[in-house]
This record gives sequence, C-alpha cells and structure tokens, in this order.
Amino acid sequence: MKRMSAGDRAVNFVFYLFLIILCILCAYPVWYTLVASISGPTYVNSGAFILIPRDIQFAAYKYAFNQPQLWRGYGNTIMYTVCGTMLALFICLPAGYSLSRKDLPFRGLIMALFVFTMYFSGGLIPMYIVCKTLGLLNTRWILILFGSFSVYNIILIRTNFQSGLPEEMREAAAIDGCSNSRFFFQFALPLSKAIIAVISLYVAVGYWNNYYNALVYVTDRDKQPLQLYLKQLLTVSIGNEANGEADETALINQLSQIVRYAVIVLSTIPIMCMYPFLQKYFVQGVMIGSLKG
Amino acid sequence: MQPNPLSRYTKKELARRNRAHTWKMMKENRVLYLFLVPAFIYLVLFEYWPMYGIQIAFKNFNFADGITGSPWAGTKWFRYFFRSPQFKAVVTNTLSITIYNLIAGFPLPIILALVMNSIPSRRFKRVAQTITYLPHFISVVVLVGMMSCMFSLKSGWVNGLIQRMGHPPVHLMGQAKYFRHVYVWSGVWQQVGWGSIIYLAALTGIDPTLHEAAVIDGAGKLRRIWHIDIPGILPTISIMLIMRFGSMMSLGFQKVYIMQNSMNISVSEVISTYIYKMGMIDRRYSYSSAINLFNTVINFTLLTIVNQISGRLSGNSLW
Repeated sequence: MKRMSAGDRAVNFVFYLFLIILCILCAYPVWYTLVASISGPTYVNSGAFILIPRDIQFAAYKYAFNQPQLWRGYGNTIMYTVCGTMLALFICLPAGYSLSRKDLPFRGLIMALFVFTMYFSGGLIPMYIVCKTLGLLNTRWILILFGSFSVYNIILIRTNFQSGLPEEMREAAAIDGCSNSRFFFQFALPLSKAIIAVISLYVAVGYWNNYYNALVYVTDRDKQPLQLYLKQLLTVSIGNEANGEADETALINQLSQIVRYAVIVLSTIPIMCMYPFLQKYFVQGVMIGSLKG
Repeated sequence: MQPNPLSRYTKKELARRNRAHTWKMMKENRVLYLFLVPAFIYLVLFEYWPMYGIQIAFKNFNFADGITGSPWAGTKWFRYFFRSPQFKAVVTNTLSITIYNLIAGFPLPIILALVMNSIPSRRFKRVAQTITYLPHFISVVVLVGMMSCMFSLKSGWVNGLIQRMGHPPVHLMGQAKYFRHVYVWSGVWQQVGWGSIIYLAALTGIDPTLHEAAVIDGAGKLRRIWHIDIPGILPTISIMLIMRFGSMMSLGFQKVYIMQNSMNISVSEVISTYIYKMGMIDRRYSYSSAINLFNTVINFTLLTIVNQISGRLSGNSLW
C-alpha cells in the first residue's frame, strides 16, 4: 500500500466527515421515531432531543394494537402489495423478455406503443370514466391492478435480458430443440434473480406507500389500504395547529403524539425490512439495468 | 468484381421474400406474442382507452350522455382556464417547486456518489449506503406525519432545539413562506441516497486502469474525480437532467396534497392537485380534463425539445 499524500489525506477526512454528517441527518429522524414510540409521553411531548429511550413503556403500541381500523388497513395493504407485485411480475417479465428478442418482428413498433404511454396519458377523469365503465370503481381489483404495469420496469427487464443472456446461448438451445417458452422458464428466469428482486422491491414499495388510487377510486372503508387510514390519523391535526388552535384540542389525549410514532413504526417496518434481504441482489440488478438505458 | 447477391432479385421479389421471412419468424415466435398479451391488455384498457376520453376536454361532459354523446364545447374550457386567476397561480406554484427541487436536489446525489466511490473503506461505504437509502422507503403520508410531529410548535424536538438556541419557535408546517423549503428539503432528505445509486452504478463502469495511470502520474484524489470520474458519468448526468427538465411542469400529487392546509394553499396549489379538486371534488369533469390535457401537452413538448437540444449538443438523448 502506497502512502497517501497530505492532500489526499485531507480530502479523505473531508469525505468521511461529509458521509458521517449525512448519515446522521438521514438516520436521526428515523431513530427518533423509534425511540419516541417507546418513551414516556411527558418526556416526548416536552420536545426534548432524545438519543436513547426514557421511561420505556409500550402503552402506545397497546393502544395502536387495539385499533381495528389499523389492522384492517394492514391486512388490505398486505393483500394489495402481494397480489399486485405478483401481477406486476406476471405482466412485465414475459413482456420484457419478448421485447429483448431482436428476432421478434415488429419489435420496434410494439416498443414505441409502450414507450409513448410513458410520456402521454389520458389523465384523471378519462381514467375514472374507463374504470366506471368497466365496473371497477370501489372494488379491490383496482387497487391490485393499478401499479402493476410499468413501461419503465419492462425496459429494465428487457435491458437485463439483452445484456445477461447471450444470443448464442439461445441459439444453441434452439438447435437442441428447446422451445421459446421452455427457454424462458428454464434458463432466462432462473438467471434473472437479481432483476426480479429489484423489480419486486420497486413495485412492492409503490403498492405499500400509495394512497392516491384508494383516494380516487375507492370509497368503501373496509377496502381502504393502510396509507389512507394513516393519512386520516397523522395529518388531521396539521390543519388545527395551522389555524392557531393550540395542541390541546387536537391532542386531548396525552398519548396521541407517541401513538402516532408507534403507528409510523408499525406501518413502515415491514417495507424497510425488505431491503436488507434484497440488498445482495440489488446492487447487481441496478448495475445491469443502468448500463444502457 | 463480385456481383451483389441481392441484385439477382427484382424489388418485388425481394419484398415478397421479406414478407415471407417476417411471416415465418412470427409463426416461429408466436409464443413471444403470447408473452406480450397481459401487458397488451393492460395497455389497451388503462392507457389507450383513456386517451380516447381526452375528447371530453372539448365537450360538456356528463355521465348520462357518455363520452361520445356529450355535446361539443370547442375550446371553451381551455379559454376558461387561461382566463381564471388560478391559471397563473398553479403554473407559478408548480414551476417554482420543480425548479427549486431541481437546484437543491439534483447535484447532491451526484456529489454523494462521487464521495462514496472514492473513500477507501468498503465496509464504511456499505453502511453509509444502507443508512442513506432508508428514508426512501418511508411513504409520503408517514413522512408528512413525522414532520408534523417533529416540527410541532409545542412538542416537536426541532422547535425544542430552535428554542434552546435562543430563537422563537417556527411554525414550519403551517406557514406559507416555509412550505416550499419544507417540501423540497424533505424530498432531498428522502431521495439523496436512493438517487445516488444510478451514479454509483455508472461509476463502476469506469475503467480502473485510468485511475491507476493517474495515480502513477501523481494525480491527487480531487484531480482524479474531476478529470476521470465526472467525465465518466457525464452521459448519465445529462440523461437524468433531460428527464428532470422534461418533467418541469409535472409535480406528483401525493405529497403536495397531503401537505396542503388552509394556511399554505396560496403557494401549495399546484396543477395536479387543482386537476384533482376540479374533477373529483367539484365534479367539473370537462374543465378538469382540459387542464390535464394542457399539462400533458406541455410536458410532452418540453421533453421533446429538451431531448432534441441535448441530442444535438452532446449526443445523449432518450430516443
């Protein structure tokens, strides 16, 4: 190992400092939320700067666990996320594979039809009319369907197949009598774990965090996803405080602040926990996808 | 001289053979078309069919008469929108947020990627990546919920800190003058790590021998970043910049809508929230569609222009 010059050492120091400060800025609000949710309410409400939990208690979680609406939203969101992600893979993987094949006649035309929709769309009301015509309003179907199709993901998959599967491999397989569909299921898919993991993560995060579709297309309370319930719970007091009303009216319950933190933790942990499991594939998958867009 | 092997055929014959070949390929690969069917069904139902409904922007739409049956209204709704006081407000608000967002949010992920790429410790880099990616997974609802708790006048730690430093508490969530700053910087907080992934990926594509050679020539770290890393990821940077410029007039609905309140509405009403309110709450379907179409056309035009310019200047374009 060569010794570093003084200038490089100074640069390194600044770089490490920059990263450390950035990490603290990114992590502290998340850490605070976690700590506040298990700390004493009087302590949290005082607006103190908290590093470690104080007066540890789980009253907020107990309260949250007893909210049937929270659990219903949770169940719905899990269902929408799981079904939606599977549907997305069902739609995008085969489509991406087909479009990766240079010997597919009219490939360019089909691609153009897909890409055009990335930049041009009917918009809110025409979409609403279509859903009404199809009888999809206020059904769970709509919350599973919307978010499954993404031209961006199809392009990512296509690029991945193009750069990850050598043309010669398929030709060799074809000579041995391997059909297109067998090649896709037996060779192409097993070799694409990384991109499948990346797409699943993208799509699942999208489903988990979306409240817009439910806001527009679904009015039934029992079909509402978690985020819409959270929207009512978490943002209701912003308006009150803004109007100059003191916290007392909105936050009658002293617990309410830490209950919010607890609900935030409960609702965010599942999706955050997905990442470390997929991280292994992630770097690999994104690299492939970004080599040539 | 070898005769051109194709010259044996007349043009007609060539076309026929081409068609026959295409047909054969299509038959051989028919399963590939089957693979496209699910995507195609979605595309037709939820992308192209709604486009047919765009015509209601030029009509007086009502559900009883349907899209085709509703009476035409010409450009009435567009003129109405351009003359309304809302027009200037929503366009200005949208533009000032996206431009602010571009200036504040675009360079940071690039800087972060360059820094991460050039620190020696692999483990530190991985830890820093994981931590900076975390905020990306937080939903906008939760983000705004977190902010309203933490920025709260009485019980939030942010104001606790501000007061301890001897300043009066600041009502960050409830005042119009803070709306843009809170919106943009909370977005930067969420996306800085995630946004750096694409540049990190591009940086791994740089030939390591360039760095080795530069080290032998005595180039320091900053010089190598300036002369090797930045030029190496310039194509990626320009593609990302094209996309940002192209989406100058499109601002996502979800976060703005949830941050809106009666105090900040003068700066927080943007095109997407206005379309939603006119359409879904006031049920002025044609008016809402007209604004939507106006916005889509502007976005499409912007992207095309920016793409053309970029293609001509640097050879980097989306299509």
